Amino acid sequence: MHIIEDGNAAAALGVRLCRPQVIAAYPITPQTPVTEKLSEYVEEGSLSAQYIPVESEHSALAVCIAASSAGARVFTATSANGLLYMHEQVQWAAGARLPIVMCVVNRAVGAPWNIWNDQQDSISQRDTGWIQMYCADHQQILDTVIKAYWLAEKVSIPIMVCYDGYILSHTFMPFDLPEARAVDAFLPPFQPEYALNPREPANLNTVTLPDVRMDVHGELAHGYMEIRYLLQEDLRLALGAAAEMEKRFAGVFGREADPYLEPYRCDDADFVAVGLGSLTYQLRVSVDALRAEGIRVGVMGVRFYRPFPDEAIARALTGKTGVIVFEKALSYGYEGALASDLKSALYEYLGGTGRLPTVQNFIAGIGGREIHTQDLTDTLRAAIQARVSKEPAWIGLKL
Amino acid sequence: MQQAKTTILSLPTQEFVHPGTRACTGCGLSIAYRVGLKALGPDTMLIVPPSCLTVLQGLFPVASTKLPCLNVTFASTAAAATGILATLKAQGNTHTTVAAWAGDGGTSDIGLQALSGAAERGDNFIYFCYDNEGYMNTGVQRSGTTPIGAITANTPFKGKLQQKKDVPAIMAAHHLSYVAACSAAYPLDLYDKILKCRDLPGTKYFHIHIPCPPGWGYDPRYGIKIGRLAVETGYYDLYEVVNGEFRLTAASEKLVEKRKLVPVREYFRSQSRFKVLTEEQIADIQKQIDEKWEGYYKKSD
Repeated sequence: MHIIEDGNAAAALGVRLCRPQVIAAYPITPQTPVTEKLSEYVEEGSLSAQYIPVESEHSALAVCIAASSAGARVFTATSANGLLYMHEQVQWAAGARLPIVMCVVNRAVGAPWNIWNDQQDSISQRDTGWIQMYCADHQQILDTVIKAYWLAEKVSIPIMVCYDGYILSHTFMPFDLPEARAVDAFLPPFQPEYALNPREPANLNTVTLPDVRMDVHGELAHGYMEIRYLLQEDLRLALGAAAEMEKRFAGVFGREADPYLEPYRCDDADFVAVGLGSLTYQLRVSVDALRAEGIRVGVMGVRFYRPFPDEAIARALTGKTGVIVFEKALSYGYEGALASDLKSALYEYLGGTGRLPTVQNFIAGIGGREIHTQDLTDTLRAAIQARVSKEPAWIGLKL
Repeated sequence: MQQAKTTILSLPTQEFVHPGTRACTGCGLSIAYRVGLKALGPDTMLIVPPSCLTVLQGLFPVASTKLPCLNVTFASTAAAATGILATLKAQGNTHTTVAAWAGDGGTSDIGLQALSGAAERGDNFIYFCYDNEGYMNTGVQRSGTTPIGAITANTPFKGKLQQKKDVPAIMAAHHLSYVAACSAAYPLDLYDKILKCRDLPGTKYFHIHIPCPPGWGYDPRYGIKIGRLAVETGYYDLYEVVNGEFRLTAASEKLVEKRKLVPVREYFRSQSRFKVLTEEQIADIQKQIDEKWEGYYKKSD
């Protein structure tokens, strides 16, 4: 069924279809409508879940961590400083290998206070061991939530479903709302390998030594390092599971997509713009304009940011002359995190071949600064003609 | 209905803590925990933030507790209880008890927000604050419940200059069905209070005074004696607040009849942490205790 709703509603509808048993959330703009909607669903009875209005984001994720450890499918959502306030729990959820799904409605972080969109919040959580998926429209938000539960439970790793605040969260767009039956066919009920149980007591997440240690049966148990190594290994394996996820999703819903990347007019392009989220759809307009001028350029959205699909990215960019990375966040003191990651992937796969494309990095839309499509078009054109002198270059900076 | 008082003879023999834990010699917590788990029983899930109890419970993959336990971040104990309860509710499980055991720092300082949130929501679990009056696990630093005059690793020469935070009073202000103040030196009082509160609705809060040999500075064999001195001097009171109604219990209740408190000086002089307390300060504290007890006496008349 096609409906017209805002991005937060798309998320909430997707979550309801996944039948979470426990939802905990604390209000923060622009996330609030997602969790308000979910509280409505629970109160009206269209979703059978425990809705916990907690007193902080730290507790929101604490509730999800504990509820998941006890065997429930859980959900939370946040933005900006709410996500930063969760940070300790974000790390904990990954270390505890809990398949939590959390929507991050991307917003700038303080100081100074700013409620508008950029992606500094989720990018700053890049190294926490979570899977990060970015959405570019409402259909992707809804679909990604459903896919995320499947993948998180498959690999026992939590997932952030990231989408741009306001640009997606508060705008209305048509999208297909799947039947509950179809979602049930795609996503079976959560069956944890172990859940807290008085008949089968276990002491979860307790102090674990630097080295391996014998258990009471004389078997060697992991040390902290082994546990952390396995998180890294399983994150890398999640790239393969994501491909299976897309195949299964396409089989049930008929919407087929590349699990990692979303290229647009890239096949014969000499230059490719790269980004995360809704910005890549805006860049399509610039690409079309430049194509009309005869410039062979395309744009590629990165949908799967962690684990980083390095091989897929390097393959997609092989033979290109230049790559222009647009980001709404940066690793302060250096450059955009995506640009660094992308360069690293290119070096790994194309280094020494003499066919390394140039990589340029632009920062845009920080703290919700309006990104004019014309500025993107002009920036792209200029970057294709000649390398910018100072990187990362900030678009629309008025200094 | 008055429940029969448990005696050492009627205390169940089933143990939920294996012998030989990593707790310090003479640890007051190991008494309170052992007896507390007996009262909670086998159908219980535990939540523990980083604290002395984490050490007592053992290092992976060895555990000293025979109940399932979720170790959680320092500030999130009560929120984790909420999470487990939510899952139990979703599963239709109405029989399993959820119990959190946190230290005084994890309760009165970093965990207070989450505890207040869970209590305000009325989540149905039992929260135990074992109060050894400092961050003992990290090497004896001051906490919100360290008493005035106590030397700690970060109040090294002058002792703590501020009053102990009254956490049970804070929790009582949340309109809880049950708040109790207990002591490791009176484990049967703790046991009976746990039995008493189990079927009451919402959050139940227990504050347990825990003598700590390395943190307080006394010979480990005197832990019970010192815990009792705290009560017999009227310095630390055993009581319960049932649906808002305050009542002294056990030895504290008897003190009202006796109307004779041991001078608090004896308590202070039993531990090296109070060595900088002057006679003048002790006299001042004695005065406060006497005034508090005058109130108790008047109430009982």
